Formats: sequence, C-alpha cells, structure tokens
Amino acid sequence: MSARVFSTARRGEDLLVRGAHIVDPLANLDARADVLVRKGVITEIGEKLQTPAGVRVIDADGWLLLPGFVDLHAHLRTPGREDEEDLASGTTAAAAGGYVAVFAMANTQPAIDSASVLEGMARQAAVDARVPVGFFAAVTLGLKGEQLTEMHELAQAGAVGFSDDGLPLPTAQLLRRALQYAKVTDRFVAIHAQDDSLMATGVMNEDAVSAKLGFAGIPAIAESAAIAQALEVARYEEGRLHLCHVSSELSLEHVARAKQLGVRVTAEATPHHLTLTSDKVECLDARVKMNPPLRTEKDRQALVAAVKDGLIDVIATDHAPHAPEEKEVPFEVAPFGTTGLETAFAALYTATVLTGELPLATLVERMSQAPARLAGIPVPTIAKEQVANFCLVDPQAEWTVDPADLHSKTRNTAWAGETLRSRVRATVATGRLVWEARD
Amino acid sequence: MAKRDLLSMSDLSRADVELILDTAESFLPVLKRDIKKVPTLRGRTIVNMFFESSTRTSTSFELAAKRLSADTMSIKASGSAVDKGESLKDTILTLSAYSPDIIVMRHPHIGAGRLAARYTTASVINAGDGKYQHPTQALLDVFTLRQTLGKDLAGLNVWIVGDILHSRVARSDIEAFQLLGMQVTVAGPPPLIPRDIEALGVKVAYDLGKLREADVVYLLRMQMERMQAGANYVPSLREYSALYGMTAARLRAGQKVMHPGPINRGVEISAEVADHPDTLILEQVEAGVAVRMAILYRTIVGYDERQPGERGAA
Repeated sequence: MSARVFSTARRGEDLLVRGAHIVDPLANLDARADVLVRKGVITEIGEKLQTPAGVRVIDADGWLLLPGFVDLHAHLRTPGREDEEDLASGTTAAAAGGYVAVFAMANTQPAIDSASVLEGMARQAAVDARVPVGFFAAVTLGLKGEQLTEMHELAQAGAVGFSDDGLPLPTAQLLRRALQYAKVTDRFVAIHAQDDSLMATGVMNEDAVSAKLGFAGIPAIAESAAIAQALEVARYEEGRLHLCHVSSELSLEHVARAKQLGVRVTAEATPHHLTLTSDKVECLDARVKMNPPLRTEKDRQALVAAVKDGLIDVIATDHAPHAPEEKEVPFEVAPFGTTGLETAFAALYTATVLTGELPLATLVERMSQAPARLAGIPVPTIAKEQVANFCLVDPQAEWTVDPADLHSKTRNTAWAGETLRSRVRATVATGRLVWEARD
Repeated sequence: MAKRDLLSMSDLSRADVELILDTAESFLPVLKRDIKKVPTLRGRTIVNMFFESSTRTSTSFELAAKRLSADTMSIKASGSAVDKGESLKDTILTLSAYSPDIIVMRHPHIGAGRLAARYTTASVINAGDGKYQHPTQALLDVFTLRQTLGKDLAGLNVWIVGDILHSRVARSDIEAFQLLGMQVTVAGPPPLIPRDIEALGVKVAYDLGKLREADVVYLLRMQMERMQAGANYVPSLREYSALYGMTAARLRAGQKVMHPGPINRGVEISAEVADHPDTLILEQVEAGVAVRMAILYRTIVGYDERQPGERGAA
C-alpha cells in the first residue's frame, strides 16, 4: 500500500518539446535537447529529433525543461470552504506553477479523518483535479488533538501521511502515540511544531519590526522549542517525523543534531520563508500574515543554506487561500496564510537562483524529486520510458504579480506587486499537457 | 491635490512637523479670545470615528473642528452598525458616501487607519491604532516641549518610562522626538520592553539609576489589564511603583515631567509630582486643541504653504 494520487483520466499526449535546456539532477542532465513524448511517456531525448506524423511540437528554445514540482503541503480547502479553493481551482493554480502532483492537508471541514471522507475526495478529484492530488489524513479525529484516526485504513485508502497541520499536536504524549501507531502504516507524521504558550497572542515574528509596529510577537523559540521536544520523542520512538514549514535558524540547529544522531526526520521550508522577511509586515497588509511568520534576514539566509546542504529536504508551499473578506481586515484579526502554488518557482528562482544563493539543480531537486521520494510516488525525471512529468519555464520572463491574474480562487498572495523573474509556460503531468500559458 | 493622510509619524518630514507646530502656535490666540472660532474650515465635513474609548483625544478633535467652523459627526462603535457585525471596510465605504473631507479614527487594531484610507477619498487621521501609532499625541507632546523649552529641542535627553510594549504613545513619541534631534531612552520592567527595540535607535534601561541625566521624563500609564493575575508582566502594582513610580525623590530640579493621561496617582506618578509646576500634563491637554486644529487645517489646505498663520488665525 502506497500513497495514491487522483485526477481526471485522460489519454497521454504525443508531444515533441524542441530546444529546451534540461536541468535534471537525478538524470544528471544539464544540457539542451529535444524531448519526444508518445502517449504520455518519454520515448526519446536527443538533438534534432525527427517530428513523427501527428505529434504536436512545442518550440521551447531558450526555455528550461525541469522535472515537474511536487507540493507536499497545500490547503485546498475542500471539503467545506469551496468558496476559498476547490480541487479544480487549486490544481489549476498548481499546473500554472509547474506542479505535477499536490498533496492536500487534512484540516478541512469535515477533516480528512476517515477513509470514507478520503475516498469521497478521491472521487471528487477524478472529476475535478487537473493535476494529480493526494491527501494527508488527520492525526486525530476532527483535529481535536484527542483521539487517533484509523491510520491503517486511511493509509490503505491512499493517505500520504498524517498531519493535524494548522494546529500543533497539543502534547508530547499524543505525538508519541501517533509516531508509535503510524508504524503499522509505513507513513510519516507531519507536524506543525508550535509551543502555544510561547506563541501566545503573537501575530508576526518577534524582532525589531514588531518592536516598531507594536504587534504581539511570535518568538522563534515558539517553533524551535517545540521542534526540540518533537525530535526527542521521534528519536526515542524511532518514528518517522516530518517537520512542516521550518522557519527559524534556532530550529535548524536542532534538526542538524537530530539528523546526525540518525533520527528519522525530514524537514520542509516554504517559498515565503526562503524569499521574504518580516520587514514586509511594515505594509500592515494581512497578505503577509502567516504562521510561522516571516522571520529575519538572518533566518532566511540560514534556511536557504539548509536547503542547499540538504538539511531541509523539501520545499513545500503551505498554499493557504483565504476569502477576501477574511483578509481585508486589520492585520491582527486576519487569519494566517498566503497562497503559493503559482508563484513558488518564480519567487525562488528570482530570490535564490538569480542571486547565486542556490544552484538551479538543487532548487529543482528540493521542489520535485525529494518531495516525490518522501511521498512515495513516482519520481519525476527526464529519462526514456519515464512517464512525462515536467514543466517548461521561460527564465527570461519578467512579471509583476497581480493577484487577479492568478488561478487560485482567492487573492491573498504575499507576492502581490512583486516583480518576479521566470514563468512557467507549460506543464505536463502524468503524460498530459495540463497547462499552457496563453501568450 | 492628492489627499494626505496622517497615519503614523513616518508620514511627516521634519519640515512638516515644524509647519504643523508653527500653525498650531498661530492658532493659540484664537483659543484665548472671547469668541473662540474662526471660519477657516466652514463647509468642510469631519467625521470622528472612535471604535475605542477616549476622552481627551475625541473631545479635543471635536473642539478643534468646531473652533475651525467645520461640520462634525461623531460615531462610536457601540450603538452603530459595528454592533451588527459590519466590517471596518463597509463602515468606511458607507460613511464615505457622505463625502467627508476628513475621517478621524481611533481603533483597537494596528493599521486600521491605513486599511480605512484604502477605501475612502477622505483624508484619514489616525487618532490611535492599537499599539502602533498615535501621531497627534506625539505632535502635541513636541508642541508642549517647544512652548516650554524653546524652539530648538535638538540634543535634549528624554526618558520614556513604563509599559513600552503596549504603548502607541511610546512608538509615536520615539519617532517624533528623534525627528527633532532628541536622544531617547526607554525604561521599564524587562517584560514590558519590546525585544530588539534598540534597533529603533533608543537606549534601554531596566532601572531609573541614571534618570537624572534626562531633561524630560515621559511617564506612561500602567494599564491595569496588564496587572491581572497570570499576565506576569510585573509581579504586583506595589513592586512596579517601588521600582518605576515617579516620586519627587527620583527627580532633580528642572526636569520636565509629561504624561499622556489618564494618570494613576500613586502608581506611575506620585501626587506631589503630578501637581508640581515642572509637570506639563495640563499644558499637554491644552496643546491638544491647537495642535489638532493645525493638523485638520494642514490636512485640508496642504503642507506646501510655508508661510503659516495669517489665513489660519484670521
């Protein structure tokens, strides 16, 4: 039994992508070549390939061809808040962002806490999902932090892992039981690490910016102390622990030590924590309110370095749509979260690759292959006989993020008004052309 | 002319501040006449929206508008559509339909003024937004100092004492004092001093040992809600008073004492200090009207006219 993804069934495509520069660390490719896809499967990679009759040609001269991205952390709001996002809009935003698979978190209404809810979502995905979608299952019923879900049945239904994300697990004992019991499933437990007593009423990072603006601060120790405790539990139980959206330098020190000790831990970081810092909050716009909060430049640099050396395993968006009427309120009363699927690669390419902080191949590995491996789904790679899972990116494109132009149902993007470099021009997921930019 | 909001001290340059203070000074004679009214803003509409309780600020804004002959409307959160769940955005859109020239707003949340300014063509004046800013208080504070100590405040040393963490007055005054070249120290119990506040260019003290170096001592109200059991910002009112309460014994002759009010006698300030001639609390209240007249006037006629006075005081 492995993690499953679900989407609308369509025939695989016949395509010839001409002239793109392929960057694929797994295939050890960093070269210009043509790629031929027949019935959704890569059949040839080489220079100046012949165009077989009836095959559509995409002229990708000057573009990048990258293994498609896999998002291990998205809030698709369905079931329950389809006004904010549904599987169709969420996966369209994903396709437009170069993603070939997305995993939705379980904090929906109702929560994905039983196999029947998960199976209902799978059926919905078969109708709605442009890009394959998989699902996390909740750790506890209704995310109440009390009673464990039926993890074995949920895993059999295809859950990728277990998480009450959005909320921390309230006690170390509950994390301990979850890690123990999850062993019957061969799945990981993903946690939103947060000490609620230290978080208190905080709404942004505690730093010089919160001192200036007067906002109640969220100290970095609200995350790092919870991570330190969770790592102790995981070490003791030898359980598979995944740390969602690690954001602070203090936390990284604990993760590094745990990995040295052989703890079975993986960690993710988000595009916003890797590209933005808390001084953005001076705009007082709730679009930049998220939890964990945007941290300092020092934290951001430490996080980028951790992505580079592999201490952070994956980049995941924490895509979190919120209705306009919920975000068009004073910062302190707005909910936490930014959308991210459609801007992730461009934001990271602009802020980390073009600045020399991260090699492109490393970024691709953390956004595509590492999360696929962790999820246990086929790993996107540009090689013969592989199902086509890739995206085409114009690295020269420059665009200013206008929330109205994005495909998510809501407009709460932290990058509103930012000028980004590179744009996804086309996405092929499980052999199907799921996205093509209009211009 | 593009509308001009006053949402935080950072909306003002030093020249703007000096223009406001000069304008306020030109209004002072009006307030000393028998007929305390000028026709300057006749036909203008000013809405006062107070989503949070206020005595000093709301009355002085209302009086300032009336002294300038503007039409005023006052709205409080209780008894309005806010009670019925109307959002701030919708309240602002609704009031804007009456085409006011200025909306004066106090709100319990940081940035509420900036949010409101997005949805109205009226100029928004922030009369206090949560813990962030209270720029008109800061302007009347520097006006009071200028009237007392002379026009050049540069080089003066001011200590702000008390609950800095929750104080919009502290945040606005730090900016205003620094803009005019003053040195600022913040002092109080460590849990009530924001982490990293040194980045704002202030010094930090946890005791009053060096208080005598201050030319001006600015006291903040110890807010009772911070004293509730379990909040643990300070162990007790008694210990707070012992460590930070302003008594005559802590002060040297000539040090000016200020306080935005309301004061708690016997907590952050002794009765003796409160009633001392070097204490400027009532001067601050008095300055409030003239300074707010100047702010309303400048918001409507603009900051470009660098010759203050004649028209305003006519």
